[in-house]
Amino acid sequence: MKNLALSPLQAFLFLVVLVSGLILAVIGSGNGYFQTFTALTLINVMLAVSLTMTNGFTGMFSLGHPAFMTMGAYVAILFTYPVGRKGFAMPALPEVIAQIHLPLPLAATVGALVAAFMGWLIGRLVVHLQTHYLAVATLGLIIVVQTFALNLDGFTRGGRGITGVPREASLWLIGICTVLIIVLCWRIKHASLGRAMLAVRENEMAARCFGIDAFRLKLLAFTLGAGIAGFCGALLPHVVSVMSPKSFGLILAFNLIAIIVVGGQGSIVGAILAALFISVGSESLRMVEESTGVYGVTQVIVAVALISFLLVRPKGLFGLKEPLIRSS
Amino acid sequence: MSDYLIQQIVNGLSLGSLYALVAIGFSLIYGVIRLVNFAHGDLLMIGAFMTFGLVASDMVPWAVIPLLVLAGGFLAGGLIERIAFRSISGAPMITGFIVTLSASIAIQNLALILLGSQPRNFNFPEVFRMRFPIGGADVALIDLVIPAVTLLCALALTTFIRKTRAGIAIRAVAENPFAAQLMGISIGRLVFLVFAVGGALAALAGLFWSGKYGQINPLMGFLPGLKAFLATIIGGVGSLPGAIAGGYILGFSEIAFVGFLPPEYSGYRDAFVFGLLILILLVRPQGLFGEVEQERA
Amino acid sequence: MLRVEDLHVTRGRTKVLQGINLEVEAGEIATLIGANGAGKTTTLMALSGLLPVAGGRLELTTEGETIDIGRTRAVDLVRKGIVHCPEGRQIFGRLSIEENLQLGAYLSDDRARIARSISEIYERFPILGERRTMKAGNLSGGEQMMLAIGRALVAQPKLLLLDEPSLGLAPQITEEIFGALEDLNREQGVTMLIVEQNAMLALELANRAFVIETGRIVLNGTGKELLDDPAVFEAYLGVG
Repeated sequence: MKNLALSPLQAFLFLVVLVSGLILAVIGSGNGYFQTFTALTLINVMLAVSLTMTNGFTGMFSLGHPAFMTMGAYVAILFTYPVGRKGFAMPALPEVIAQIHLPLPLAATVGALVAAFMGWLIGRLVVHLQTHYLAVATLGLIIVVQTFALNLDGFTRGGRGITGVPREASLWLIGICTVLIIVLCWRIKHASLGRAMLAVRENEMAARCFGIDAFRLKLLAFTLGAGIAGFCGALLPHVVSVMSPKSFGLILAFNLIAIIVVGGQGSIVGAILAALFISVGSESLRMVEESTGVYGVTQVIVAVALISFLLVRPKGLFGLKEPLIRSS
Repeated sequence: MSDYLIQQIVNGLSLGSLYALVAIGFSLIYGVIRLVNFAHGDLLMIGAFMTFGLVASDMVPWAVIPLLVLAGGFLAGGLIERIAFRSISGAPMITGFIVTLSASIAIQNLALILLGSQPRNFNFPEVFRMRFPIGGADVALIDLVIPAVTLLCALALTTFIRKTRAGIAIRAVAENPFAAQLMGISIGRLVFLVFAVGGALAALAGLFWSGKYGQINPLMGFLPGLKAFLATIIGGVGSLPGAIAGGYILGFSEIAFVGFLPPEYSGYRDAFVFGLLILILLVRPQGLFGEVEQERA
Repeated sequence: MLRVEDLHVTRGRTKVLQGINLEVEAGEIATLIGANGAGKTTTLMALSGLLPVAGGRLELTTEGETIDIGRTRAVDLVRKGIVHCPEGRQIFGRLSIEENLQLGAYLSDDRARIARSISEIYERFPILGERRTMKAGNLSGGEQMMLAIGRALVAQPKLLLLDEPSLGLAPQITEEIFGALEDLNREQGVTMLIVEQNAMLALELANRAFVIETGRIVLNGTGKELLDDPAVFEAYLGVG
């Protein structure tokens, strides 16, 4: 095994080759279903890696990713929805914005910035909370955001949802973002910033004795995670072309937690592998659901599998370790 | 007093009671093992469907149904402990957390598979839907039965915790599990008991909930469960009187929010409730009745 | 009454006890002295079934019946009369004094007997009787120690395991507590195994003493013999 381990640079090149190879193959196949599935899986990877940073590095337990995704998604759609149909779909939109059309990368960045700003605002209030309080507060945040999305129907069309979102999220865009986000989180983990975060996770009191500002680090991890979640949220409706207040909810929060728990709560490679595994696994199960007409089986299996997994490997597959990659 | 005000007070009392019934279980379980049981809210759904099944079967007299629901909730709560929690006892808190969350997701989806996603309509017998005037307001009997039964349960439970040997043991385990073990207290059995008693009360809340709102579905337990947990936080997690008070505070604020603000805001009810939570966590993290406590490893 | 042969206990990956041999006769006060980390508390926890035994024989003989401690659940050991009074007292601070004492008899169903035992405790420690409804957390350190001993006595111990009864107490209070233990032993014949850092005090009280060093018993004898042993004096009594 040791001899097979890659240096970080080799791992980066390997990642780039792998992702671009995958994208080329999928586009080459011309199969729309595969393309959508690949896009969703890559987005899952981004979400999992960012949550690994927010929760895994700092030891927080935030369930709030779907809330920030919802914010990012609706904000981005304001700028990408066809100008001609905005007046009908989003009557409350101010004229200024209604006239603007931005390409998806820009619109998604705006969405990410808004989500990050909200993450910073909310994070200031909640990141110091103890585990279970933070979990409930962020779960509550999901419901608050859904409630707003449901009621601000001048912008969101409420419970009817927005259809006809342009499918502008190309696989290449998603692939590049995936690589960038993985590299970003990797760099954070292996810089002094990441080590300080891990110190907070292991023993907050001791970390503070060494002059580490735990609150600021947690806030940073929370804000950054919110931004990435917002970005992913912005991409998603541009893959599937629809968005509704319930698109990103409890189930998604749970699946993300499942991914990072399996990966090891702090291992980036672990999160990536777990995201791939769970995406492929639940997609196959979903096909079984559709052919048998029995819906819900997937979630039951994921939940039961997660409990059993925790019994056997409470620290996840890898803990904090990064398998297959040499520590530099 | 205006009719409207009376009506709102009755509504607040009845909704608050439902939250209190569920909150008691949260608080008991948290008090003993420092675990937030996310699956607790789903026991409300289980209670509601048990009621639905028993009413639909038309084989059981009405007076017996609440007893059967209580017993069923007792078993279901205990079962959750045996299956999901027992296996991971001693693991770090975050593991316990994820396990109860998984249990909740599993229960909700199992219910979806077995019961279907269609909401079902539901009617209590005529007697309970009877309405009669109080000071000009038109009040449903059920809205008075709910607080009365809740108060009775709360009283019984408080006496149990204060006076009986098992109650003293529960408080001892809550404070110092290690020393409690030295006394020969079997912690596992008490944890089971606490889950089961909490389950029974949540199932009873489910019976009332279905009777009050007339519609049930497999995912109905989650939001009330989460709100009931907020009620426990408001009152101070681990405190029994706190959980009950928290339930009523939450119930009344929610009704006040919907009842006294212009109707276009009522859609924001849930957002308001969770905003309230964050506010309380900021101002008084230990809740109104809770004691300041260090997080245990 | 208690026979321990070649006891091994592992905590995590550390072999804390590597062959402990002890023998305590009924009616005796035995003491186990040694430095921090030598394995004193671990020995007591193994004896009360709180830690799994990795090897060796542990036998408790009471009323002609012998049980294997290593294979008995902690709860049943309490039933058989091994009562552990832990380090740092560990009373239930939010419960009343009376409730603390009732918990001592948690496994007994004989209400009359429990009431009798509790009133005996109140006679022995009148201060507890005066404050029976007060929360135990409000007691002073010495009073809490009395409560911890009282709580153990309500369980009707045959073998009382005491872990550092002097911990955190003023010297004068410690003397008082040790006096009470001596009375108990004389009047009721309770067998005791006391773990102590305050070696002088413990050796004066004990009929039999063991010195533990890095998981092994290195010396044993009567309390008086060890008090007079220059090696013990140098290692444990020099500063005491």
